[in-house]
Amino acid sequence: MSSKLNSRIPEGPIAEKWTKHKGTIPLVSPANKRRIDVIVVGTGLAGSSAAASLAELGYNVKAFCFQDSPRRAHSIAAQGGINAAKNYQNDGDSVFRLFYDTVKGGDYRSREANVHRLAEVSSSIIDQCVAQGVPFARDYGGLLDNRSFGGVQVSRTFYAKGQTGQQLLLGAYSALERQVAKGRVKMYARHEMVDLVVVDGKARGIIARNLVTGELERHSAHAVIIASGGYGNVFYLSTNAMGSNVTAAWKAHKKGAFFANPCFTQIHPTCIPVSGESQSKLTLMSESLRNDGRIWVPAELEDAKAIREGRLKPTDLPEEKRDYYLERRYPAFGNLVPRDVASRAAKERCDAGYGVNKTGEAVYLDFSAAIMRYGKEQANLKGMPNASEAEIRALGTKVVESKYGNLFQMYEKITDENPYVTPMKIYPAVHYTMGGLWVDYNLMSTVPGLFVAGEANFSDHGANRLGASALMQGLADGYFVLPYTVGTFLADDIRTGPISTDLPEFVEAEKAARARFEGFLKAKGSTPVEVFHRRLGKIVWDKIGMARNEAGLKTAIAEIRALREEFYRDVKVLGGMFEMNPELDKANRVADFMELAELMALDALTREESCGGHFREEYQSEDGEALRQDDAFAFVSAWEFTDNDPGKATLHKEDLVFENVKLVTRSYK
Amino acid sequence: MNLTLKVWRQKNAQDQGSFATYAVRDISPDMSFLEMMDVLNEQLIAQGVESVVFDHDCREGICGMCSMFINGEAHGPDRGVTTCQLHMRKFKDGDTITVEPWRAKAFPVVRDLMVDRSAFDRIIQAGGYVSVNTMGNLPDANATPIEKHDADAAFDAATCIGCGACVATCKNASAMLFVSAKVSQFALLPQGQVEAADRVRNMVHQMDLEGFGNCTNTGACEVECPKGISIENIARMNREYLKASITA
Repeated sequence: MSSKLNSRIPEGPIAEKWTKHKGTIPLVSPANKRRIDVIVVGTGLAGSSAAASLAELGYNVKAFCFQDSPRRAHSIAAQGGINAAKNYQNDGDSVFRLFYDTVKGGDYRSREANVHRLAEVSSSIIDQCVAQGVPFARDYGGLLDNRSFGGVQVSRTFYAKGQTGQQLLLGAYSALERQVAKGRVKMYARHEMVDLVVVDGKARGIIARNLVTGELERHSAHAVIIASGGYGNVFYLSTNAMGSNVTAAWKAHKKGAFFANPCFTQIHPTCIPVSGESQSKLTLMSESLRNDGRIWVPAELEDAKAIREGRLKPTDLPEEKRDYYLERRYPAFGNLVPRDVASRAAKERCDAGYGVNKTGEAVYLDFSAAIMRYGKEQANLKGMPNASEAEIRALGTKVVESKYGNLFQMYEKITDENPYVTPMKIYPAVHYTMGGLWVDYNLMSTVPGLFVAGEANFSDHGANRLGASALMQGLADGYFVLPYTVGTFLADDIRTGPISTDLPEFVEAEKAARARFEGFLKAKGSTPVEVFHRRLGKIVWDKIGMARNEAGLKTAIAEIRALREEFYRDVKVLGGMFEMNPELDKANRVADFMELAELMALDALTREESCGGHFREEYQSEDGEALRQDDAFAFVSAWEFTDNDPGKATLHKEDLVFENVKLVTRSYK
Repeated sequence: MNLTLKVWRQKNAQDQGSFATYAVRDISPDMSFLEMMDVLNEQLIAQGVESVVFDHDCREGICGMCSMFINGEAHGPDRGVTTCQLHMRKFKDGDTITVEPWRAKAFPVVRDLMVDRSAFDRIIQAGGYVSVNTMGNLPDANATPIEKHDADAAFDAATCIGCGACVATCKNASAMLFVSAKVSQFALLPQGQVEAADRVRNMVHQMDLEGFGNCTNTGACEVECPKGISIENIARMNREYLKASITA
């Protein structure tokens, strides 16, 4: 292991590590907490829950988000649910099984101790949210309902229709606003972190741009928590929000925080396919739909062609002429295989010519079987043994509507097709990034005092995240991990006193940020930022997307470097620095994506194996499954920014030690 | 299709503001309204004109950030959608489309089509929460069963996205639908009972302080609400308010 990395995993049996560790973390007395300031960047599930919880403990918190209100962070768009090892269904779930499923689902590239802690605190998250008044789905007995998600064989997912993220975020947002009302949190909305300030080797503040006035502001604190989400927008088209960006994390990386596993990105199998050139984003259709939807393409090429040309309707194709390829290839898990497996299988069919929309990049997600199944159940319950097919269909449609109504409505609004009648068309799209800033067991990065939570860190999902685990991790980090672990760093700061923003480090960082923004304005080129972003996205999707190979990655690096050079020369940003200027903010974000993209390619090139979302074409089995190389690559790659060039980053390796889970070839057959 | 756009331009809160007229060509009916605005903005930048500023983020109808008043309707002519989910197939070739910001005293314009909705955050700060700290040893989530009907009704109220369409569409610029949705969510759940009286009093008080108008039961808010929040919630809030007043 690299000497610069210390994962600080506590000693002892895995099930006791967290309890023992909590007992040894130094405490900060309530009186001293009042003298300590903490900055939280981002107000999604991780950021809001951390800010609220730390303020409740007595720390002075400053929270930042670029949206007009913390309630709009992109966690709000999470649909399907949140996992917890409650075992309410009596189907054999346990903390160990959730831990095991997550490590296996991540294709054995995550840190055991962190994942076990996540599974341990998962139950408390549900208790906390229910106490806050989060309206989870319930059954007729008034108890909480569960459903199943990909990659597992139990039902442990709690949900609120297709709006679970919204309800959980509004819970955390309420807790946050309660602290704002008390004056324990100072909220800075429409503010974006544009640099990290490091004083004497410790993270002591940030430079933030006030997005309304354009002013650069200095904010100091004793510790900084980055919870700014993932970097999926490096692909231009993704299910992320338009404003989601990597800038906070990337600036921290350039100030010394190592970036881990940047090539681990998740392509979600069920999104609405791309419709045209001016498309700005992609919309997810929740994985929960795979509980009831069956995925298929025509079994014969002629039929696929006829469908593409509009000569044949999918509903006219008889059962025997359909290929339910996930059920065929993976009988044990069927339509509920993990996301990486489902995405690659869709790509494989479409590449082979079986795609079902005009572009040939779509497969069907069909609910007709589920509608009839539920309809029969309802007919029995209602004492209608002789119900007609139409009656059964109507009853079943109602059940499906109660489960997924908002998703079906969303689909219909976008595509103008009724998914209750004709199967949905779906295709994989970028959705989540497992990689992120490297953190130790305490969620502290390689810069002392800089903590990283939620999607912004790398720690829990390995090379592939299981469905309904992102919400779990964000809230675990914010509610139940950071409030304890910040003590490991802040206990030494009770005598430090306020940090001055007149320190030379603050002055320097502000000056550098200003020069950067002025640089974009001075370029006075001919091409809008959006065009550069679109071009970057195309390179990343084509060459660092669902399948990668050595030659493609090398080409990608050259193309990204050339694009970056062109960007600084030819970008066209109108308006001024000290005013509201969304184009200027976008330029700043895209500039960072262009550096990150190169590091992603470098990481993908270095990792000569296939695992989870990282599929190197050179490393696959005869039937096209991913081939891990455990002897050589069972490590976390943590990159250190070097020589002011993302392409010259230095690789540090954190060896992954598996003491509780045996490394086997992941099989969902 | 080809369209004429009359778009409100306003440099900042102090500026008077006025309409500017732009033409856009070759708009696909499958584009969302915001993607059409992206096309306009790329075109403006090419002409050396600063792009039109508007709030938007998730572009899938859930963050509540987009907020345009299109042809006199909040989020435009379609029902049950936000502006980002409004598609150009709802318009015809040759149409002239008028695009304005939300107009309400409590939502001052920041720039162009972007307004300041922080009043909503302050109303939530006044009581839109259950006072529970983060605790690792709360009662088990299944300790208190909640009737499915109530849980579902609480969920329906809780789906409000805080976009402000109700305020923008109300002739009185009333925020009653927004406030009542939050009051209702907690009024329907056992967790909300302890603070029920204070919650409704404080939230209504803050709503009045922010300068929102009163409700005169025209029901326009319910029609324009992208999430279909029912005005039944307003009736429930009035009951809660009355109850709080006589038991105080």
